[in-house]
Amino acid sequence: MSYMLQGSTGSWEVVIGLEIHAQVISRAKLFSGAATAFGAAPNSQVSFVDAAFPGMLPVINRECVAQAVRTGLGLAARINLVSRFDRKNYFYADLPAGYQISQFEHPIVGAGMVEIELADGSTRRIGVTRLHLEQDAGKSLHDQHPTKSFIDLNRAGVALMEIVSEPDLRSPEEAGAYIRKLRSILRYLGTCDGNMEEGSLRADVNVSVRHPGEALRTRCEVKNVNSVRFVMQAIEAEALRQVQVWESGEEVRQETRLFDPGRGQTRSMRSKEDAHDYRYFPDPDLLPLVLDEAWVAELKAALPELPDARRARFMAEHGLSAYDAAVLVAERATAEYFEEVARGRDAKLAANWVTGARFALLSARGVGIEASPVSAAALGGLLDLITDGTINGRIAKEVFEAMAESGSTAGEIVERKGLRQVTDTGAIDAAVAAVLAANPDKIAAYKSGAEKLFGFFVGQVMRAMAGKGNPALVNEALKRALG
Amino acid sequence: MSLDPAAIRRIARLARIRLDESDIAPMQADLSGILAWIEQLNEVDIEGVVPLAGGVQGVALPMREDVVDDGGVVDAVLANAPDRQGDFYAVPKVVE
Amino acid sequence: MMLTDLTLAAARDGLRARRFSSVELTEAFLSAIAALNPTLNAFITVTAERARDQARAADAALAAGQGRALTGLPLAIKDLFCTQGVRTTAGSRILEHFIPPYESTVSANLLRDGAVFLGKTNLDEFAMGSSNMTSAFGAVTNPWTRRGDNAALVPGGSSGGSAAAVAARLALGATATDTGGSIRQPASFCGIAGIKPTYGRCSRWGIVAFASSLDQAGPVARSVEDCAILLGSMAGHDPRDSTSADRPVPDFAAACARGVKGLRIGVPRQYRADGMAPEIEALWQQGLGWLREQGAEIVDVSLPHSKYALATYYIVAPAEASSNLARYDGVRFSSRTEGDDLDALYENTRAAGFGPEVKRRVLIGTYVLSAGYYDAYYLRAQKIRALILKDFTDVFARVDALVTPTAPSAAFAQGEKMSDPVAMYLNDVFTVPANMSGIPGLSVPAGLDARGLPLGLQVLGRPFDEETVFAVGAALERAAGFAALPAMRAGA
Ligand SMILES: [Mg+2]
Ligand SMILES: [Zn+2]
Repeated sequence: MSYMLQGSTGSWEVVIGLEIHAQVISRAKLFSGAATAFGAAPNSQVSFVDAAFPGMLPVINRECVAQAVRTGLGLAARINLVSRFDRKNYFYADLPAGYQISQFEHPIVGAGMVEIELADGSTRRIGVTRLHLEQDAGKSLHDQHPTKSFIDLNRAGVALMEIVSEPDLRSPEEAGAYIRKLRSILRYLGTCDGNMEEGSLRADVNVSVRHPGEALRTRCEVKNVNSVRFVMQAIEAEALRQVQVWESGEEVRQETRLFDPGRGQTRSMRSKEDAHDYRYFPDPDLLPLVLDEAWVAELKAALPELPDARRARFMAEHGLSAYDAAVLVAERATAEYFEEVARGRDAKLAANWVTGARFALLSARGVGIEASPVSAAALGGLLDLITDGTINGRIAKEVFEAMAESGSTAGEIVERKGLRQVTDTGAIDAAVAAVLAANPDKIAAYKSGAEKLFGFFVGQVMRAMAGKGNPALVNEALKRALG
Repeated sequence: MSLDPAAIRRIARLARIRLDESDIAPMQADLSGILAWIEQLNEVDIEGVVPLAGGVQGVALPMREDVVDDGGVVDAVLANAPDRQGDFYAVPKVVE
Repeated sequence: MMLTDLTLAAARDGLRARRFSSVELTEAFLSAIAALNPTLNAFITVTAERARDQARAADAALAAGQGRALTGLPLAIKDLFCTQGVRTTAGSRILEHFIPPYESTVSANLLRDGAVFLGKTNLDEFAMGSSNMTSAFGAVTNPWTRRGDNAALVPGGSSGGSAAAVAARLALGATATDTGGSIRQPASFCGIAGIKPTYGRCSRWGIVAFASSLDQAGPVARSVEDCAILLGSMAGHDPRDSTSADRPVPDFAAACARGVKGLRIGVPRQYRADGMAPEIEALWQQGLGWLREQGAEIVDVSLPHSKYALATYYIVAPAEASSNLARYDGVRFSSRTEGDDLDALYENTRAAGFGPEVKRRVLIGTYVLSAGYYDAYYLRAQKIRALILKDFTDVFARVDALVTPTAPSAAFAQGEKMSDPVAMYLNDVFTVPANMSGIPGLSVPAGLDARGLPLGLQVLGRPFDEETVFAVGAALERAAGFAALPAMRAGA
């Protein structure tokens, strides 16, 4: 069931390629010793190299190169042992040198791929054309002064990886899945924090439409979309626009566009129109980048387990479903948390708790997994109490909430609040007797065939026991009493 | 190879150098003369030659360590700016 | 003998022997500058007070027995080297007010070794020129004049201010840069020595860039040995320049005394350009004769692609320059001419800030890189560049050095060759191949033309074999015994 747009001339297939700019995690910039931290005071992280002062020269940061290689390896891509830096020439206020140092002809990473999982459980391999290293530009602020734009060069020169996909994507859903998967891989690798709000991950979306079976038609590039949701919306809006253009008998013009999330539309970006002659040429301040094969092998050996491998292992080792495993591995921190909880415990129980209660709690609090108020060890302790019968599942949820609030261990809370499960059959029988005595009409109904009422009795007994009754014993006692 | 006035204007625009109308003809003559002289290179057989970009041979690109040892010099970075506004450079307002 | 007539080596020895002080030496040069610079315009900026402070500090260091290689020796710095706290213009209106907050590596190396800086010397705008006529700060006058003619001559370029200052005894030596001949041609025109070392020998960090793959710093001075001493201080690995060579700096001065016995000296037949002045041809033959007499073997060699070097250069250098000069946009450090919007600001700033030659080269460079023309121009040029280098590599398998004329003519008059850019470019026909291939080249004053103007011979060597270049250059210098003096000089 492929994604198609229905027009008056038939159905249209959407062809999407993504260029992702991922900010490299490094202390210093790609070609200077200035810092990369987010949110610093204006122009406080700027060296004379970044501001392109006369006579200043770039020297490449080894860690940025290593990060690009790690990422390439994580995308199962070819690592080019010889690559080169080119200058991309254009004038803009936040581009101090008048050129961006980038890799045009000879990128550091060649073809690779990303496997995406779709909601229907299917998977698809999306080709990665290349990955190259380049400098970020500075930031223009247009709202600080009535007639001037202000320039902050803190970001100028920060290392970016531009990751270019093949035009293999066919729907907004696939594009979303691709970005999420790529982000997951980058985070596993520790090469990009993937934070789209802070601009660490930005997407340029190339969209075209065609009737199935046709050759590719003209594409438009929607620049700098900064959330997965907007990428998906931008694709839909742009594809619909193109269908309308074609069907009105006109031609789609190749151009750069911007997505306006407020209006849900893309619009032409006039300022980019005459800037397309970039006059790339090899940067004469730099020599070819030659990588030592042994160094690449070292980086490869030190790579962490990546989401696909980890998901397969979770399914094989822990017997998890494909769905649970995929949810658990999406974030490296979640996966590691789960593994700690599951160590020596029932993996399915651990998976349920990590995906269920914890996620609910975290999203309610709006914090990331790293900031979870309940450590993996503490959650493990809670599961142990469930497994050894100290508490039942229902009480466990209450205990978990209390753990999150107080930071106490499960055991402490159970003791303090007296939540230990009641296994004393005398106490259970007494509660059963009391509930039955109060509901003679329900007993009659049950006995004349309304078997669903058994659940009602269980609920009443548990309530009478403040939730602490052992569910199995309560069931037994009820069955016995109801004959 | 000779350049017409439109080409001169296009190149000047790319290079962000304003040329007045009266500048065009002399520039056209100069550049066309230079390009005509450069034509001599067409007689060189370059079949199969690997291009040479740089002035230094047989040396690998040196790399620096990932250490923050620069920046933090806002005033020095802004001292020569023709229009400094607070700790920013300022330019005429840019409309996207 | 006047202090200003001393060679750098002799001045160094005099300071060490306490025959005079650095303050005396510096004052002598400062008065010479005061007297002659209004005529010669060799300096854009004179830093007299700094020079005096440095001289006093030098005298103190010498008195304390802490003299270094250049302690107390007054030098001039081409205004292309960024000097911390001292205006650096690159000869351009657009950097008229630029005060660098940093010191170039080369000038910092000289300061480390105790040198005194007299000021910043004039140059063609952004080092683009062979006459010093393109400077926004006015032409430089060559201290030499033709016999029986008072016409003001050019000192050559782009390091014309440095060469004129050294020739007129306004400094013991000077820094210079050479992208297509900008050290060697003015040295030849001004009757002094100058070396462009191997690309990568001196750091480019802090030198205003013209064409990065060609630019190389070097000294001009009144003797080959003085050049060797200065280069010894200027050179060295700099981790801030990715193209700086990580190799030890040899004792260049010692190499000057090696002699040429047993060396094989190549004579590239292609350098016999049509219409070369007979006196230049004669001087060349004389130079080869001197070397033969001192025990060198002269070998005829071929550099078939060198004749294309100049045209190739006029693709590569403008292309790199068009990109290197994009940063002069009126936003961070260059002079600004306002405009209604950002593009108008750029266009006005660059129209007002750049002179005609810079504009020509930026436009040519923009054109040869632009869509549809890259392969025909830039890529082809790179391939020919590879062929030029291969010629040298092949030849240097057979010979130890090459000897050629430095320039196809002696100094010409100010205003000559100005109407046709290509005629001006031809000045560099013998010097450009060394930039294209990165090899070292030295110019030595070797004789005078019929009208009494100096002519230089050029020695080219293997990459990073400046020692042989110095050995050959010093041998030529000894044999030539060049003793002529320019009309305009300190004390004349
Ligand atoms: Mg893009
Ligand atoms: Zn990019």
